[in-house]
Amino acid sequence: MSSNATAWPSSSDVNEAAASTSRPLRQTLRIAAFILCAGAVVSLPFLVTDYVLSAILVPVLALALAGTGQNLVTGYAGQLSVGSAAFMSVGAFATYDAHLHVPGIPLLAAFVCGGLAAALTGVFFGLPSLRIRGFYLVVSTLAAQFFVEWLFTKVGWFSDYSPSGVITAPPLAVAGFDLSSPGGHYWLSLLVVAPLVALGRNLVRGRVGRAWMAVRDMETAAAVVGVRTGRAKLLAFGVGSFYCGIAGALWAFAYLGTVESHGLDLDRSFQVLFIVILGGLGSVAGPFIGAAFVILLPILLDQVGSAIVGGSVDPGLLQNVEKIVFGALVILLLIKQPAGMARLFYIASIRIGRWRARPA
Amino acid sequence: MAFLLEVLIGGLLAGIMYTMVALGFVLIYKASGVFNFAQGAMVLFAALTFVTLSEHGLAFPWALAASVAVMLALGVTIERVVLRPLVNAAPMALFLATLGLAFVLEGFAQLIYGTQVHGLELGISDAPIRSLPIEVSKLDLFAAGVAAALVAALGVLFQTTRAGVGLRAVADDPVAAVAVGLDLQRLWAIAWGGAGVVALVAGLLWGARVGVQFSLSLVVLKALPVLIIGGFSSIGGVIAGGLIVGASEKLAEVYVGSHVGGGIETWFPYVLAVGFLIARPTGLFGERLVERV
Amino acid sequence: MSRSRVSTFFSVFGAALLATACRSRTDASPVGGGTVAAGGASPATVAAGNEQYFPLQSYRVGPYAAGGSGFFGGFIDYMQLVNIRDGGVNGVKLTWSECETEYVVERGVECYERLKGGLNGAPVAATNPLSVGIAYATIDRQTADKIPLITINHGRTDSTDGRVFPYVFPISLNPYSEISAIVNYIGQREGGLDHLGGKKVAVLYHGSPYGKETQPIAELLARKYGFTVTHIEVPHPGTEQESQWLQIKRLAPNWIILRGWGIMNPVALKTAAKIGFPVDHIIGNIWSNSEEDVIPAGPAAIGYVAITTHPSGRDFPVLKEVDKYVLSAGKGNMSDPKRVGTGYYNLGINNGILNVEAVRVAQAKYGNKPLTGEQVRWGFEHINIDEKRLNELGAAGLLQPIKLSCSDHEGGGAVRFVQWDGTQFKRISDWVKADRPLLRPIIEESSTKYAKEKGITVRDCDGEAQL
Repeated sequence: MSSNATAWPSSSDVNEAAASTSRPLRQTLRIAAFILCAGAVVSLPFLVTDYVLSAILVPVLALALAGTGQNLVTGYAGQLSVGSAAFMSVGAFATYDAHLHVPGIPLLAAFVCGGLAAALTGVFFGLPSLRIRGFYLVVSTLAAQFFVEWLFTKVGWFSDYSPSGVITAPPLAVAGFDLSSPGGHYWLSLLVVAPLVALGRNLVRGRVGRAWMAVRDMETAAAVVGVRTGRAKLLAFGVGSFYCGIAGALWAFAYLGTVESHGLDLDRSFQVLFIVILGGLGSVAGPFIGAAFVILLPILLDQVGSAIVGGSVDPGLLQNVEKIVFGALVILLLIKQPAGMARLFYIASIRIGRWRARPA
Repeated sequence: MAFLLEVLIGGLLAGIMYTMVALGFVLIYKASGVFNFAQGAMVLFAALTFVTLSEHGLAFPWALAASVAVMLALGVTIERVVLRPLVNAAPMALFLATLGLAFVLEGFAQLIYGTQVHGLELGISDAPIRSLPIEVSKLDLFAAGVAAALVAALGVLFQTTRAGVGLRAVADDPVAAVAVGLDLQRLWAIAWGGAGVVALVAGLLWGARVGVQFSLSLVVLKALPVLIIGGFSSIGGVIAGGLIVGASEKLAEVYVGSHVGGGIETWFPYVLAVGFLIARPTGLFGERLVERV
Repeated sequence: MSRSRVSTFFSVFGAALLATACRSRTDASPVGGGTVAAGGASPATVAAGNEQYFPLQSYRVGPYAAGGSGFFGGFIDYMQLVNIRDGGVNGVKLTWSECETEYVVERGVECYERLKGGLNGAPVAATNPLSVGIAYATIDRQTADKIPLITINHGRTDSTDGRVFPYVFPISLNPYSEISAIVNYIGQREGGLDHLGGKKVAVLYHGSPYGKETQPIAELLARKYGFTVTHIEVPHPGTEQESQWLQIKRLAPNWIILRGWGIMNPVALKTAAKIGFPVDHIIGNIWSNSEEDVIPAGPAAIGYVAITTHPSGRDFPVLKEVDKYVLSAGKGNMSDPKRVGTGYYNLGINNGILNVEAVRVAQAKYGNKPLTGEQVRWGFEHINIDEKRLNELGAAGLLQPIKLSCSDHEGGGAVRFVQWDGTQFKRISDWVKADRPLLRPIIEESSTKYAKEKGITVRDCDGEAQL
């Protein structure tokens, strides 16, 4: 059969892999593994270099959060949106303005303000979804993308009338702890991203998520059986944009330290879309895998390229080859596994389980 | 009053330039239902091919013929290598595949042709014809003429040739088309090859206007509102869409923009498109979506 | 490919990505064309570790590749010249490596973080990203890491005030000086600044923070000299300027100042010809002054005037030296040798001269050895290139006299005017200065505000000078 089947493996596959261990032991092992993982993740700043923290982990977390938001809108609710960068931009600027104009506001509260502003913007530009369906809907979020860029360049108030229109992040501190080191930026990102992702996971497994998936799969049928499709769509836009807004604030504050109106442009929106599709639409881990792929791949190609050809090749040539390789890899992945890399890893883990559970 | 007319006519002519780019999209969408985001990269590649051949001494007709051949080959290759394996994929996956294709084409173009900027001279100057009551540039009129000729040619193609009728059948109902024995693969190859040639024409006209450099691929961003207003699969619609987008954005920029500081041209066409869609959710001339539950 | 093979492939791939992420950064390997410890000195005398490193956040791909490849090509060729002809700076060889940013901000940041530790033990002297976005994003980092950030001819205008921005140097020209110099030149062409009263000037600017940056100064100068200024925005990328130029046609200004970027420039010139505006009354700013900006416009660009701090041409003595020692030896960086001596290339040469001079000046104080960023910063702040030094460097007429100090990180503020004749830019004026005393209070107002916002203590320059 073609490689495009989207149904998950049958329960017999899963049972096969799990047949070897008993239930209570498995439960304990899972909790222990979770605690170990969480501990490792939190203590990373003591284990890795500043470079990895500030140039890899923090942007991956920020982009993964944006991807999660995009996932909610496009993966679960099926509404095409290419404006995630615009919502990130709104979040970044709104957080900055909240911090500037509300003296003494705690940093996390400013982030929430940014998220709310982005959510409102998302709902506004999501209104056309009540009437427009399918691919045509991109035009609404595209309008958002260009409008937001224009607004933040034109209206000086958003960037505190700075002549260059660029906002710079204030010093980061939460509850008295100074978080301005690379490790601190990482912990801030973790502090913001982890609860939001957990919240998102619960949301999609509950009533709201089911309503979204109903709208995505069979909108007319869903309306007929009583699902409030309009409300569901707008809620998806709102929540998704909230996540994107906070991701934008993280991007501006915890990663770059600055943002300008054209910094989060259409290319970034496409990048977030890439992250979600490549990682796996409709999966929680997908955005993280996708974000890691998108951030690490150019670096990997750089290293491989320079290792292969040494120092004797025109860097422009190398760079163009990397671009071609990136595009080709994306196409290859989309051809071979359109359900994304999360699915690939899942299949790999099933096969490892089968291999280990094989008869001795 | 004269100023208003000038802005209007300038806008209409600009709209025709947008239509040129949008035509390539329509060709592919009509045949295979794919929104080809790589069209901008194809325009760039086509223009660079022509310009490089010209700069290496090839006379205009030979360079043109060679470029046509290259773009035909490119279109067919893309269809074979990228689209054929993705036949049943979700629209989102197809769109992203064309985005990945855009990366590949851009890298490839810069690899082969380098990153310098080039001028493109078609032998027709951009100077205004002063004898008319309103100044219109010769290049604009030439572009309008070429666009009209291209649209007429495509119209003839779709109505009279076997391939053209076949493409219309595929756009209507791919399954039925296969059922009556049409060779889908061949038709798609023709559509993509055709899109390549249309990209060349657009690339030449735009290149004569703005020069040939990397940013040329950005013209595709204006094609999207044109397609949305006019419908993705109608040639007549695309022309109407182009004229509407061109005229309205220029008028808005001059008369509304001056009050808000200018620069509204970037988002105005999109907002306009949203407005159109709310009134007619499948575009002015697009097909009505029939949904079965 | 079967599905299991694809899964295996991506698992291995994922592992490779993780491995990349975890690799230590102190031994970053060079990417692409940078040579390590090149030159004719015999290996025995070149001790490993006697090198000064310049990380290059270059862009050779993408929409601005033409400018990037020219600039970094010139910069690298100058460093080659110093290595080959002089054996380095007092025996300390220059080394570099490139990291492609494609003019994207976060790639510039990632490149910086990856390369800031040095190369094979050679410490970083300074960074030269040639990008406003990357500069803004790395100001705080570089100040904390004590590595100078050089933003030649661009950057944050208020970083001219070195008391608040100790590690940022908008050397030779900042945006305010740009527009002031242009207005002074327009005054010259009109027969004196007092003749500007009643004239109409339009500023056609790129729709971005860079484009808007000089609006307040333009208005200040308009009030001072009595002309009217109208600002007209061209939305990015500027491939279509019909409505803007129709507005200009209706306005009928005497002069147009073009603050363009990329494709906006040739389109502006072509559309100007279309509506019949005289092209020799269009004055391009520092990012609208290169061959790449005029060539696509064809005959419409002939007569166009632009400012420059780095006139094109190969007849300067330093360029002849580059020809003799670097290009003839086949070590030139430009893949197209015709581009040697063009605008961006010469900007790279000027940039190279300034960076190397800073290292030289710092070595005079700290010793002839590889220096830290902090020491090189001292070098930058004590650059004093006068006419005599320009002649020694072979850059008279190419580079303006520049004197930096603790409080003045710009140092120059003068430009020359050039005119395109269809094949090259001809110099049509000598150095025209900006009205720096007028601009200084505005700059200080902005920098003090920034210092307050960020909690930075303003340096005491006089106090430091006495140390």
